[in-house]
Amino acid sequence: MDQLTQLESLGIHILREAYANFRNLCMLWSIGKDSTVLLWLARKAFYGHVPFPLVHIDTHYKIPEMIAYRDRLTREWNLPMVYGENAQALAEKKTYPDGNVDRITCCRLLKAEALKNTLNGTWPRYRFNHEADEYQVDQDTDAYTGVIVGVRSDEEGSRSKERYFSPRDTENTWDVGDQPPEFWNQFKTDFAPGTHVRIHPLLDWTETNIWEYIEREKIPTVSLYYDQGEGKRYRSLGCEPCTHAVESTAKNVSDIVAELKSGKFANIAERSGRAQDKEDGGGLETLRREGYM
Amino acid sequence: MNVVITGHVDHGKSTVIGRLMADTNSLPEGKLEQVKASCARNSKPFEYAFLLDALKDEQSQGITIDSARVFFQTEKRHYIIIDAPGHIEFLKNMVTGAARAEAAFLCIDADEGVQENSRRHGYLLSMLGIKQMCVLVNKMDLVNYDKKVYKSVVRKYSRFLKSIDMNDVRFIPVSGREGDNIASLSENMPWWTGDTVLTLIDKFQKEQAPVDLDFRMPVQDVYKFTDMGDNRRIIAGTISSGTLRSGDELVVYPSGKRATVADIENFNGPPLESAPAGMATGFTTTEQIYTKRGDLVVRAGEKAPQTGNVLRVNLFWLGREPFVKDKEYVLKVGSARVRMKLYDTLKVIDASNLNTDGMKKMVERHDVADCVLSTKRPIAFDLVEDFPDTSRFVIVDGYEIAGGGIIREVIRDKQADYRNRVLDRNLRWDTGNISCEERTAVYGHKPRLVLVGGPEDPRKAAFAKVLEKTLFSQGIKAYYLGVRNVLAGLDADMTVRRDEVYPEDREEMIRRLAELAHILLDSGMVLISTVSYLSFNEREIFRTSVAPAKVRTIWIGDPSESDVDADYTVTDADEAISQMEQVMDVLQKKGVGK
Repeated sequence: MDQLTQLESLGIHILREAYANFRNLCMLWSIGKDSTVLLWLARKAFYGHVPFPLVHIDTHYKIPEMIAYRDRLTREWNLPMVYGENAQALAEKKTYPDGNVDRITCCRLLKAEALKNTLNGTWPRYRFNHEADEYQVDQDTDAYTGVIVGVRSDEEGSRSKERYFSPRDTENTWDVGDQPPEFWNQFKTDFAPGTHVRIHPLLDWTETNIWEYIEREKIPTVSLYYDQGEGKRYRSLGCEPCTHAVESTAKNVSDIVAELKSGKFANIAERSGRAQDKEDGGGLETLRREGYM
Repeated sequence: MNVVITGHVDHGKSTVIGRLMADTNSLPEGKLEQVKASCARNSKPFEYAFLLDALKDEQSQGITIDSARVFFQTEKRHYIIIDAPGHIEFLKNMVTGAARAEAAFLCIDADEGVQENSRRHGYLLSMLGIKQMCVLVNKMDLVNYDKKVYKSVVRKYSRFLKSIDMNDVRFIPVSGREGDNIASLSENMPWWTGDTVLTLIDKFQKEQAPVDLDFRMPVQDVYKFTDMGDNRRIIAGTISSGTLRSGDELVVYPSGKRATVADIENFNGPPLESAPAGMATGFTTTEQIYTKRGDLVVRAGEKAPQTGNVLRVNLFWLGREPFVKDKEYVLKVGSARVRMKLYDTLKVIDASNLNTDGMKKMVERHDVADCVLSTKRPIAFDLVEDFPDTSRFVIVDGYEIAGGGIIREVIRDKQADYRNRVLDRNLRWDTGNISCEERTAVYGHKPRLVLVGGPEDPRKAAFAKVLEKTLFSQGIKAYYLGVRNVLAGLDADMTVRRDEVYPEDREEMIRRLAELAHILLDSGMVLISTVSYLSFNEREIFRTSVAPAKVRTIWIGDPSESDVDADYTVTDADEAISQMEQVMDVLQKKGVGK
C-alpha cells in the first residue's frame, strides 16, 4: 500500500474505534481542508453514512464562502450538521473586530468557550433539519463524550505531542504532562463521568499529504484555498479579521501540491497567516490547554 | 518511516535530533535563530535540544515530557522521528512513542555508560516488537573521542541485548553537541569509518505489511445503516495479516461459524477484488452469520487461531496501582474486550537490571512480568510467534490503560475439550436458508436460555412454568424444558434415581442439555430449563454451547450454596413466583424479551 492509503487506513481504523466505543460521539468540522478530509474519511469508514453529528463552532466572523460551502455539502451529502456559538459575547460585542478585546480573548470567547459549552450541551445547539431545510434548536443536549478533531502533529509544537485518543477533564483542559500510553493500536476508550476524549485520526498527516489526498479523492474544497486571479490564496482558514491570504498563483489542487513540493512554503509555517498564534508566544499552547482545537 | 529515539534521561536524545535537523537544513526558516535569540534573552546557553522542546513546560524542566514527533526527510524518504522521553516518570510516553515505530535509536552516554533506562528501554523495544535498532554512543566529546571507551560500552550493552534475544543491533559513536558522526563523518574520530546517523537511518528496512501470512482480521464492527435505503450488512475491520479476496470462505472465532465473502465494499467505487494487510476494509457475506466486535475472522483451511480463557503472557506494567490478584480488570486484545483477573505470577522482572523475583505475587509499576491471566469468557487470539499483531493486548484498570504485553501460550482449562467440540460442531453446522437474525426480526425477540438452578425442589419447575407462561403471554416464543423430560427420553441410557442421574453421568447429562439448548436457541426460542444445583462449571458448559451472552441464570435457594453469579437470586420458589414482575424486569434488562 502507498503512503496515502496507509494514512487513510489508520484514519478509518481510528474513526471506527471511536464509533464502537463512544455513545455520544461527534466530529468537529471547521470547514477547512483538514476536517473536510476527516469528513471524507468518515464517509469512507461508514460507507457513505456519517453516523454522528458534525459540529461547527460559528464565530460569525468566518469568511462567508465557508458557511455557504458548509450548508451546500450538508444538503448534498445528507449530513447530520450541528452548530454552536457564544451568543452572549456576540450580543455584548466582546470581540476583537468590535475593538473591545484582544485577539487571544476573542479566540477564547468565540471559539474555546463556545466549543466547551456546545460540547457539554449547556448552550443551545442548532441542528440542520433536512426536511424543513433550516437549522433548528437541537433537542439533544447530552454532553458529547467523544470528540473527533482533525488536528495534525506538524501544524505547531503542542499538537506534535498529541495522542490519537486524548482525554480532557471536566473543565475541558488538557494535561499534556500526564497523557495515557498508547500501545500499538489500543487506545484509551474508557473515561470517567464528566470527562471526554478528543480523537485525532489525522495526527500523522502532513499538509502535503492532505492536498495529495484531496487531489486523489477529488474532495470538494472551499474556493478560498485557490487564487481567483489576484495572486493570493488562503493557506489556512479562520475568521476573516485574523486570517491573511498568502502570495500564490495556485489555481487548483494540483497547483497547490506542486507549490508545496517545490518548497515555496518549505520554510514558512502553515499557520503563519493566523494572527492569534503569534500572540500566544509563538504556539497555541495556552489556548489549547483550555480546550482550543 | 517512523523511527523512535530512546535512552536514559540526559543521555542526549533531543540534542542528537536537534543536531540532525540543523545539519541537514530540515528546520523551518528562522527557527534556529529564534531559539538562539530566546536563549540569549534568558541568558542561558543554547542547546540543540531546545529546538524540539516546543512546549513551554519542557524548556523550564529541561526534560522531554512526551513523545514529540518531528518530520524529517533524506534524499531517500520521509521520516517521522519520535523523540521519546528518558525520564522514568514518563515511561508510558516512551512506550507510546516506541509502539508506533519501525526502527529505534537508543542513546547511551559514553561517559556515564549503561544505565537503568538503557536496559529498560532495550527490553521494552524488544517486547514492543521492534526488530531494527541502532545504539548511539553519545557525548564522545566528553571522553576525548576515546575508542576504548566506545568499545567498552558496546561490549557491555551487547551482552545485555544478547540476554534478551535482541540480535543484529548496530552501534555508532557520536556527539550530538559537537555534531560528530551525525550528518557527516567526524574528524575527531578518524578511527570510525562506519555509518553516520544520517547514512544509517536510510539503511533501516521499511517494514512490509505481512500480506503473505495467513489471513487475520479482528471484527471492529458490523454495520447496517438503513438510512438512504442501504440494506448492506458490512463486517468491518482492519486486516492485520494476509490478503482478503472476494469469494473467500471464512471462519469466525471464537464461535467457529463459517461465511463466504460476497463483496469487499468500497465507498466510492465498485467492490474490490482483494484487500491487503494493513487496509481498513469491510465486506458482505453470502450467508447471514452472527458475528460481532471482538471476533477474529480467518480463512477456512489456514492456521486456526487460539481460543481460550487462561493465557500465559509477558506484560509490562505502567499503572500507579500494582497489578494484583482478586481484582477485576479489562483485557483488550485485537478488537475484543473482556473482563479478566490476574491468575498467577510466574516471574516478576525488574526491567532495569533484569533481576527476577519468582516469589513476588504482584506486578508493580515499571515491572515486567511473566504471568497467567484468566478471562471471564473465552476469546480468540494468536501467539506472538505466529502472528504478533493479534497476540498484543493491553490491560485497563478502572479508566486507564495500565499495562500491555504479548500472549505466549494458551493454557488448557477445564472447558477446553468441550470448547473444541463446540467449535467443531459449529464448523460442520449446516444452516438452513433462514438466518438467526431473520428469525429475531420476525419473532421480535432474541433467542435466550434461562437456567433456573438451586437445591432439589419441585417448586423450581412450578416457577419456571409461570415464567414460561408470562413470557408467552407477551408474544415471546418461550418453551419450558424440565430435566425430567430429558431424562425420560434423550437420557434414557443413563442411570437415574428420583429424577437425578448418577454423578458419573451428570456431566454428560449437562452436555446433552446444553446441545439441545443450542438447537432450540438456533430456532429462535427462549428456552427455560431447570437444573438442580447447577455449579459454575456446569453453567460454563451451557455458555460455551450457546454463546455466553445468551445465558441467563436464576438461583432459587440459599445463595451461600451457590458459586454461580446469578442474574436473580431468591431464597424460596413461592417467593420467586410472587416477585415475577421484578424477575421479568431483570430479564428484560439482560436481553430476554421484546
